[in-house]
Order: sequence, then structure tokens, then C-alpha cells
Amino acid sequence: MISYVLQYDYFGLIKHLPILQVLIPFIAAPLIVFIGKRNISFWLTFLASILSLIIAGTLLITVQSDGIVSYHIGGWAPPVGIEYRIDHLSTFVLILITLVSTLVLPYIRSSILYEIPQDNHTLFYAAYLLCLTGLLGVVATGDAFNVFVFLEISSLSSYVLVSLGSYRDRRALTAAFEYLIMGTIGATFFVIGIGLLYMETGTLNLVDMSNILESQSTSRTVRSAFAFIVVGIGLKLAIYPIHLWLPRAYTFAPSAVSAFLAATATKVAVYMLIRFMFTVFKPNFLSEMNVLEFFLLPLAILAMIITSIIAIFQKDLKSLLAYSSVAQIGYILLGLTLLSEKGLTASIIHLFNHGITKLTLFMIAGAYVVRRGGSLLKHLEGVAGTMPWTSAAAVIGFLSLIGVPGTAGFISKWLLVEASLEKGLWPIAILIILSSLLAVVYCWKIIETIYFKDNLIPSKEGEIPKSMLIPIWVSAIACIYFGLNTDITISIAEIASQTLQPDYVNNN
Amino acid sequence: MKHHLILRVVTKLLAGLIMLFGFYVQFHGDYSPGGGFQAGIIMAAAVIIYGIVFDINHAKKVLPPWFIHKMLAFGVLLYAFTGVISFFRGLNFLDYNALNSHYPSHGQHYGIIAVELGVGITVTGVMIAVYYAFGSRSSEIRDEDW
Amino acid sequence: MLSWSFILGHLNYWLFIVLMMTGLYIIIAKGNLVKKIVGLNIFQVSVFMFYISIGKITGGTAPIFPVDMNIDPEVIYSNPLPHVLILTAIVVGISTTALALALIVRIRETYGTIEEDEILVMDREVLSKRVLRETENSPGKSL
Repeated sequence: MISYVLQYDYFGLIKHLPILQVLIPFIAAPLIVFIGKRNISFWLTFLASILSLIIAGTLLITVQSDGIVSYHIGGWAPPVGIEYRIDHLSTFVLILITLVSTLVLPYIRSSILYEIPQDNHTLFYAAYLLCLTGLLGVVATGDAFNVFVFLEISSLSSYVLVSLGSYRDRRALTAAFEYLIMGTIGATFFVIGIGLLYMETGTLNLVDMSNILESQSTSRTVRSAFAFIVVGIGLKLAIYPIHLWLPRAYTFAPSAVSAFLAATATKVAVYMLIRFMFTVFKPNFLSEMNVLEFFLLPLAILAMIITSIIAIFQKDLKSLLAYSSVAQIGYILLGLTLLSEKGLTASIIHLFNHGITKLTLFMIAGAYVVRRGGSLLKHLEGVAGTMPWTSAAAVIGFLSLIGVPGTAGFISKWLLVEASLEKGLWPIAILIILSSLLAVVYCWKIIETIYFKDNLIPSKEGEIPKSMLIPIWVSAIACIYFGLNTDITISIAEIASQTLQPDYVNNN
Repeated sequence: MKHHLILRVVTKLLAGLIMLFGFYVQFHGDYSPGGGFQAGIIMAAAVIIYGIVFDINHAKKVLPPWFIHKMLAFGVLLYAFTGVISFFRGLNFLDYNALNSHYPSHGQHYGIIAVELGVGITVTGVMIAVYYAFGSRSSEIRDEDW
Repeated sequence: MLSWSFILGHLNYWLFIVLMMTGLYIIIAKGNLVKKIVGLNIFQVSVFMFYISIGKITGGTAPIFPVDMNIDPEVIYSNPLPHVLILTAIVVGISTTALALALIVRIRETYGTIEEDEILVMDREVLSKRVLRETENSPGKSL
């Protein structure tokens, strides 16, 4: 049916799909400010999100059948002009972002009634759409400086979104300020790295840069550019020692915002890292530099173990989930540093699976905030009696976080263990399983508090409204579905990892 | 700041000139340093200096906040619309050759003017909105102590 | 290696490093939030200077074609592209500064201070009181 639909070239718009992906939320945001009515702004946001999802799906089908989609802005051919370049990895991340956005919007509409005053709702939707534009733009573009511009668009709007949690807890303001400082330092390091690459190659187009770098030998400029870019992206990605903004920002933000950002913002930073590591600096350069084994691999392992241990001692559900996010990002980074096809596949799959797992869990934490007045452990005692459906979805989400077989988390951890065993690094496989056991400890802590403690807070309202419950259950079922039926996700991830490192795989 | 005579007189003389200079910088961006962003800042500076020296409420009567917010959004929409027009001629986004069918190079000129106008309107709106947001907070120092 | 020609030839890189480290030091070391923003601005200005300085080519002239478009292939033009990139980066820097200052105004109104150590002390002591207070509030719609 999709190919039947694709035969009709609606207004000739089919060939403009890459730019339309970014343009639709980008136009919807000022449109909302211009119209200024609160009732219309939600429906306009929802319409923009659904259209983006349809475009991302169409792009996925087009890329799978026709190959890489390239779009020249202004008619200027690359490398002179800006090029939007969609390949398999890009469509994968685009589907994740638009799917998360469409799922979370009905939830947002109800949950911000409790958390933000009504006068600010219109501007909230505008900031949300700008964040969505920035995230989609980072993934869709094929020009290095354009990546920086869209990265800053998404970062600035996410600082605003995080600070809106100050109506509930004033510490959101300092958390947003910290996030701003560290995020801006990261983006500035990234732009220094791009400047050094521009000095070396004379072009800003990613593919052109990689061709020129391949033909030259490694100079000091390229090595320092790599260092700046990895550190800059690492600040956005929350690699272990520079992750400090993430727990506070996700704890004090409005719960819908934490759900959206946890599922998308760090994943887009992972996409940027993969794009720069494997497309611009080819894997030959990476193994020559020896940086991955001596620098990123220890940091990834430290992230997995230490932040899981910190998560065990947290008293707030949202900060526990935030620390476990840092640990899961350690898994993704581990898959990248293994520099094999299986490792890259494992990272890309875990990107998706962790996205939908954390989406479910943060939405559930928000549900508890709405009904119980907070997400500290004292608020969660015995809540399964009054909110049975939410707590059942929480169990599914936690099982996926641990990596129980039958859920999405298991697939990615299995692939990761397989990838490290294939390289002969069995201590790393043991460490992966060890950190999964640590995840069992903190997940059990929450489940015990929800189900087995006595309910001390009297509450009149029972379950959360359906508009919040249905997105939670859709994403919980998605966790199970993508754990049992892995055809779509694994096939796309395998093709993506093959296209990203074709020469290296053939030679090694 | 009303009781500072020099500031009052100089502002009355200069505010209009600053605004005029802002328009000059806006439309001469392709011949001399200038363009949308710089012009937007200069035009906003004219309104801001009027608002600082005289009361901010007077400035709000001339340019009410709802108008500024709509102006802001309108600039971005103007930019995006200039890009979208080229879809209807079959060319890519922001391809200025689509704007004039007889002479494509004239289309480049029209395109640049249109997007710079959009940028200028938006930047003006943003700077004035930032000033209104900061300036409307209740101040802790009385006016006579300045 | 450290001859005068090396130092003076790479002067723009030395200045870039000095400014960048100054900016980073101010962000980390100073406690006042406004001073941190000043340090962030200095850090960003160093990057702008770095970009623009690499656009200048020795013996290059302004990158404008003559009116009659008789382009002489012997003429070397300086590179105008870094200037365009920096214009974008300056706008991004201004937006970040405006947003940070707005956050500082809100922090001042909420906490009463903009010194980082006092804010940390207030956050830690408010945590214990807040837990006791929140359990007494009725849950649900609180606005």
C-alpha cells in the first residue's frame, strides 16, 4: 500500500521529504506564537508531530528501497551548498524521535495541566516544537556547521523546557542553569573541532570531509579536531565524568519534558558521535589512534558500574531513572568502542530500545507525581493499590530496563555480550552482566516500594486520566513487542552498521 | 530617568535617527556591512533607549507586547515562506532562482532581500521582547537614586 | 623550535588559547552566576577570533568581484566563509546569554541570592524540610 501511495507525487512534495521533515515543526512553532490561542496550539503541535512521523516512515521505506536520499538546499550542489543526507542510521533515529514525540504529546497535554500555569501552555508548545525541530535537524543534515546550529536550537529550547519545572520545585532553575553552562561548553568545543576540520579539509560537507581526510595522512590538526569533537559531543551525551547535569535536569524538569528528553536528546548526541566517528573519521583512523581502547572503553565501563551503584542509593524515582540513563549510555558507548559490526549493531539497537524503555518509565514517574504530589520514595509507598494499571506498566518497564528475555532491553544486552565475546573480551561481558544485576537491585527497590509497602497517603482520585494512561501502555507494549519481534529493528541496524564501516569490515 | 535633562533631550533627538539608520543598514546589506541581524539590533536599540530614558509603559503603549510577539513569529514565517515558494516552481527549498521566472539572477536579489527582512523583523522583535521581559520586573532602586 | 618566528607566526593561536583558558577558568572558579556568564562569553569570543583569523590568506584581498566581472585568475581572495559561520555563532551566543540572564533573574527572585555557594546551602537544607512538607499536602491538582 505504501508503494501505491508513493506513486502519487503530491504537489511534487515527495522529493522534498528531507527538508519537509525539519520544516514542518519549524513552521508550526512560530505559527503557534502568531495565533496565540491555547486550544489550537496543542492540536497544531500534534498535527506537526504526526506529519513528521509519516514523513519519517516514508523516508525509511524510500531509503530501504532506493538507497541514500540526498537533498540540495537552494539548488547548490554539495560541497558548495548545504546537503541534507538521509541514510539508514538517520532514518532509524528519525523514526525514534518522531515516534517518541507522537506518543508523548497526549500525555503532555494532560500532565502539564498539573505542573505549569495555564498562561504558559502556548509558549510551552512552541518551545517543544523548536526542540523537536532541532533534534530532527541534527539527524537529517549532512553539513557539519548545520549540525551545530540545529544542536544549539534543540539545546536552548530544552534549557527552557527544563526550567519550566520551577513551578513545582524551585531547584529546576539551578538545574537548568547548570545544564546551560555545561551544554554551551560542549557545543563550543564541538564548534572548535569543526573549525579545525575546516582548516584541514577546506569543506564543511561530511562526506566530502571524509574523502579528503582519507587521502591525507593524519596530522596534528586532525587529531586535535577529533579530541575536541569527542569531548564536545561527550558533554551532550553525558559520558561518565561529565554527566553531572543530567540527573538534576531530568529530576526537576516537568515529567513530560523528562520523558521526551530522556528518550531523544542523548540519543541524538549518540547519533552525532557515530556519524563523526564512522563517516568523517573512518575506523582506520580510530584504531590508529588507540584512543578507543584506552580512553572511551574504561569510561564506558565506569559509567555502567558506578552510576548503577549510585542509582541504588537514590531517594527519588526520577533521579534513579536519570542515573540509570547514564549507565545505559555507558552500554551504548561500550558497543561503539568495540569497533566491530556486531558492536555497532548492538549500540544502534540499544539506542532505540533504551529510548522506548525510558519513555515508559519517565511517563510513569510523571503519573505518580500527578496523583501523589511527588516522586520521592515516601510518595510511592503502596501506590499499586490505587493505581494498578500504571504500576503494572511500571513492572514491564523495569523488566525491560533490567534486560529480562522477552523485552526489548534483553535484545540489545544480548547483542552487546555477543559482540564483546566475539572480540575475545570476556571480562567486559562479565561486567555487562554485573551491571545488569545492579539494575535488578534498584528496580526491585522501586517495585517493592510500589507493591509491598502500606499506603499511607489518602487520595480521592484513583487512576490517572486515560489520555495519560494510553501512551504509557502503548510504549510498554512496544517494549515487549520489540523484544519478541526483532525483524524490523535488527535488520535496519545491521544495514546501518554495514554501510557505516564497509571497508573496515571487509579488511578485518 | 526623567529628571536627567541631557538624557531626555538627546534621546528625543536621536531615537528617530537610530531607527532610520537601522532601516539603512537593513536594506544596504548587500553593498556594505549590514544585513538583517545587525539592522534588527539597531532598530531595537532605538525603542530600548526610548524605554529606558522615558517610562517603559510609554514604550509599551507605542509597541504593545502582543504586537511584538506576533512580529517575532511573522519574521520567521516570512523566511520560511520565501523558501517554500520555490516548492511550487519545482525547485528545491530556498532556491532563489524560482522567484523571478525571466531573470534567475534577479530572483537571487529578491530572495536575499526577503530573507534578510524576515531576519531583521524577528531580531527586532526578540530584542524588544527581551527588554520588556527584563524591564517589567519591579526594580529595587528608586528612580531618583540613579 | 620556540623561535620568534614560530611564536609571532602563530600569534592568533596563542591568543585563542589564552582567551579560551581564561574563559573556562572564570566559569569554573567564580561563584557569582553573572560572572560565570561573562566567562562563557569570553570563551565563545575566543572561538570567534580563532575562526576569523584562519580566513585571512597572506596577500589576499577583499573577496568582492569587480563590477565588470573581469575576474583575474591571478588575484588571491581571502576566505569569506568563516565570517558567515561566525555571524551564526554570534547569534547563538547572544541567545544563550539572554536565556542565562533570564534564568539568573528568576533565580534571584526565588532564592534571593546569586552566589553559587549560598544557593547550594539553601538547596541542601530545603531538601529535608520539603520532604516533610510534601507529605502533608494533598496530591493531585496543586495549581
